[in-house]
Amino acid sequence: MLDWPLLSLLTWIPIAGAVAVIALGQRSPDLVRPLSLIVALVTFGLSLLLYAGFDATSAQMQFVEKAVWIEAFNIHYHLGIDGLSLPLILLNTLICVLVVVGGWRITDRPHQYMAAFLTLHALMTGMFAALDALLFYVFFEAMLVPMFLIIGIWGGPNRIYATVKFFLFTFFGSVFMLIALLWLYLDSGSFAIADLHRHEFGLVPQIWVFLAFLIAFAVKVPMWPVHTWLPDAHVEAPTGGSVVLAAVMLKIGGYGLLRFALPISPDAAAHLDWLVIGLSLIAIVYIGFVALAQSDMKKLIAYSSISHMGFVTLGMFLAFAIARNTGELTGAGLGMSGAMVQMISHGFISGAMFLAVGVLYDRVHSREISAYGGVANTMPWFAMFAVLFFMANSGLPGTSGFVGEFMVILAAFHASFWFAFAAAATLILGAAYSLWLVKRVFYGEVANDNVASLKDLDGREWLMLTVLAVFTLGLGVWPYPLIDLMEPSVQNLVGHIMQSKTG
Amino acid sequence: MSIETVLLLIPLLPLVGSAVAGLLRHQVGRAGAHWITILAVAGSAALSAWVAWQVFFNGLPTLDYSVYTWAVTDGITFEVGFLVDSLTALMMTVVTFVSLMVHIYTIGYMHDDPGYQRFFAYINLFTFAMLMLVMANNFMQLFFGWEAVGLVSYLLIGFWFKKDTAVRANLKAFLVNRVGDFGFLLGIAAILVYMGSLNYAEVFAAVPAVEGTTIALFGDTQWSLMTVICICLFIGAMGKSAQVPLHVWLPDSMEGPTPISALIHAATMVTAGIFMVARLSPIFETSDVALSFILVIGAVTALFMGLIGIVQNDIKRVVAYSTLSQLGYMTVALGASAYSVAIFHLMTHAFFKALLFLGAGSVIIALHHKQDMREMGGLAKYMPITAATAWIGSLALIGFPFFSGFFSKDLIIEAVHYAERPGAGFAYFAVMAGVVITALYTFRMLYLTFHGPTRMDEETRSHAHETPAVVTVPLILLAIPSLAIGYFTVEPLLFGGALSDSIVVREVNDVVSNKLAAKFDHGAFAFALHGFMTPVFWLAMLGVGISTYIYLFNPGLADTIKRRLYLAWTILDRKYGFDELWQKVLAGAGLGIASGLSKGGDRTVIDGWLVNGSARLVGRVSGAMRQLQSGFLFHYAFVMVVALVALVASFVLLR
Repeated sequence: MLDWPLLSLLTWIPIAGAVAVIALGQRSPDLVRPLSLIVALVTFGLSLLLYAGFDATSAQMQFVEKAVWIEAFNIHYHLGIDGLSLPLILLNTLICVLVVVGGWRITDRPHQYMAAFLTLHALMTGMFAALDALLFYVFFEAMLVPMFLIIGIWGGPNRIYATVKFFLFTFFGSVFMLIALLWLYLDSGSFAIADLHRHEFGLVPQIWVFLAFLIAFAVKVPMWPVHTWLPDAHVEAPTGGSVVLAAVMLKIGGYGLLRFALPISPDAAAHLDWLVIGLSLIAIVYIGFVALAQSDMKKLIAYSSISHMGFVTLGMFLAFAIARNTGELTGAGLGMSGAMVQMISHGFISGAMFLAVGVLYDRVHSREISAYGGVANTMPWFAMFAVLFFMANSGLPGTSGFVGEFMVILAAFHASFWFAFAAAATLILGAAYSLWLVKRVFYGEVANDNVASLKDLDGREWLMLTVLAVFTLGLGVWPYPLIDLMEPSVQNLVGHIMQSKTG
Repeated sequence: MSIETVLLLIPLLPLVGSAVAGLLRHQVGRAGAHWITILAVAGSAALSAWVAWQVFFNGLPTLDYSVYTWAVTDGITFEVGFLVDSLTALMMTVVTFVSLMVHIYTIGYMHDDPGYQRFFAYINLFTFAMLMLVMANNFMQLFFGWEAVGLVSYLLIGFWFKKDTAVRANLKAFLVNRVGDFGFLLGIAAILVYMGSLNYAEVFAAVPAVEGTTIALFGDTQWSLMTVICICLFIGAMGKSAQVPLHVWLPDSMEGPTPISALIHAATMVTAGIFMVARLSPIFETSDVALSFILVIGAVTALFMGLIGIVQNDIKRVVAYSTLSQLGYMTVALGASAYSVAIFHLMTHAFFKALLFLGAGSVIIALHHKQDMREMGGLAKYMPITAATAWIGSLALIGFPFFSGFFSKDLIIEAVHYAERPGAGFAYFAVMAGVVITALYTFRMLYLTFHGPTRMDEETRSHAHETPAVVTVPLILLAIPSLAIGYFTVEPLLFGGALSDSIVVREVNDVVSNKLAAKFDHGAFAFALHGFMTPVFWLAMLGVGISTYIYLFNPGLADTIKRRLYLAWTILDRKYGFDELWQKVLAGAGLGIASGLSKGGDRTVIDGWLVNGSARLVGRVSGAMRQLQSGFLFHYAFVMVVALVALVASFVLLR
């Protein structure tokens, strides 16, 4: 069974499904939704086989597939996963199912909508599994297209500004990545990521390569100050688009830093870690304040995402500061694991929060906080979920939101008291913007007729929120399986980036 | 059943009860919800009592074990586990007993509330969270319980979520607590970093090795590591146990239903900070600076919060400020290294303060949710059981000899008297002055509520009657320990070494064994009898006397004093301005920064100048470039000629 090319199947089944959905859409629109759901479920099921067959004691690439793609340039169709990519792929296939279920009521060209999402998820799986830098780059760029369409077609009134901004920001960053990859190819003769990890080169070129990767992935994370495309994109995107964007697409930035910037140019990373740590702490504190000032629910959650992603980049780059300040590496792996956990957890929580906004938007057609008030009176079950997810967002222990932040703050203290001090400010800021939103939207007397006529969750919404609630609580109560899965790869990475590559 | 199973069941029963009552609220109905949750907490209480019996009377050795491994990474093992020793057993018993009383009482108090099942689900969940907190054997689980009780407190303060005051109060409570937790988490992080573990036993073992360590925080100034850790941890306790200046949330928490004021905001959750410091006594004992800090903060809280209690007219707020003041007393005891006395006062206070809150709630039920004492009076003849139990609670609170509060409060005062650290002099003054004030506000409340002329309207008076048995039985059951538990437990707990397996005190600091023990040479009876002859007793009587004169014999005097001392009255009525400090200054500044960064930083600088600005720049440049490609041949020809001339000229000139 495990001889199947699972990673290829995971990548290409949804794309084949998307083609089928498009073809079907013309003739029998009724079948579009069930077929999309089947495709998503099959993909999710296959990803569970991946989990079942994965050897969590090894840091080696597993489920490797390799074939020559463009021989002249030594480019391969090369897939494989380790403990860093597997959790992200699982998150991706899970979110795909939820998004298909979430888009069940779309009436405007549903076949194209479903096809766009299936393609998007397929490309992201391919990207997380790619072991050839150019293959990664192709997936990375191709992914922009469905997302561009999703926001541009099914988005809100100001969608054109948002799509163009989204596209230009990402594209601007990825150009630097392409240059870096080409330079590396010329210097090393290979596009294989593993070869690039081993490739030794001097500090100055490393710094250029590092900066190029940093720009490319900082836009994706997004890091301050290249973050302003995200609130606009979220505000205009349809609910499903926001869910994917927050839950999975942002993780590409963090993943890229782990897979490219850190291991390919570790000496440069060690030289410039202050930059990333500084920007991360700014993201956590500055963006935490900015989130507090938002009046649009989606913008608030978008800013909250940026602030939470600050923990991801902070956790990843603590290793160097820890080594420098303490002379040992205790805590470096903690930060790295914490960053990974934060990515997965944020996938559940932000996905759920955007779904929750979607639940309200479908009924009232407003994202403004001031359009609501007292929703708990008419939607008590929905209020329960909302309080859970916003509490998780403010890092409540027992939910997944706590785990990553806790680990990163502990690791930050290893590096410096003041890093931990600034990062821990999220305890106050995160609670302030999350719970203030809950107060204004859910508590109080019924604010207006729209709220008075709200109907509580239907079965479909129950299902989606319950699934995410189970994962949010499960990961909070017992993160062991996830952390255990990643541990060898994390330790391997920490060991790798501590070796100088300047030769 | 093995002891491990029993210990696991104790927190899990209320967790399951909460899930059933909350998630299946329509299926189980109102009666179902209260039966399930009450049986769950009764089960916990019975098992806790059994565990306490084993610990205190059958010599069960300390249990310290892991229930499951939460995560393993980077060589650190995060566990969820239990530490059961005398301190834990005591706390478990107090928590589950008070919780059971409050559960039963709630049947009466929340009788007509549409959120009946939800309320039972919450208080059951609270019991789970509090048990996880006191049973923890490591800092992570402590933090879990710490925040989880905060969550339930948030949910319960805002239980009547339509009330604007309630949802303001719960947000305030959570955020102020988060300020404390900010410090607490940093303390925990420091412990992990310098001691390599989060397990209590391992950390305590590692303390001596790092005791002399100093760290540089600001520039090169060296700070004692242990002082930094202790103060960080204590900031957490200041939030949870409502010490000045993080106390502002507790009076507002009275917006929640009265049963939870008794359970969470008097008897259990707010004492978590006290429990934490006592549990971590091996750490706190290493820093005299931190203990002095604790002593002073506690003394300030004990004295100044008690003063506010004198001017409150809402019956629940009087009890709330009294709680703040009593928490201050416990903190003072911690600062004097008399941890066991603090825990002892925590226990007696849990009973008599829960009793007073539930008594206040009983009055509130009888008067159809009126809480203003100016509209009460003379209720003793309508509700004799409530009045009698309130008297017992009040006498315990003012420390009348033989009542449970007497032993605990008197010993705190004695401990401070003998303490030798900086700040002890001030603290001694504060706790002595606090005795007068406590008696003053307590008897003011008693008289205004139960005695003197009736001031409510005719309608209310005609309906006033004793509350049903579900309310009065818990009152009676709480009155018994309020009366007697101090007398029976003071010697074994404080001088018989019953808590010595949990609390570590350095020989030089140990006022309890060195000084207080001598006073008990002739037993608790003699000590209490002697209590009638101490200055503390006469100070209390002074407060009682003033109250009696003013509120029973000369009712107009209160207003005269208020007019004469208008400035002082205003300061107290405005609560020293702490609310304004938090709401206007700090929260206001936060929101100002937020909107400044959002408008100025994100929208103007980043989006306005950098992002859209660069787009405009590209637009302008390309606009200019477009001029170059006009499509007219003579333009191109002209440029070519000029360029050619320039090229040739440059060759000629530069060569």
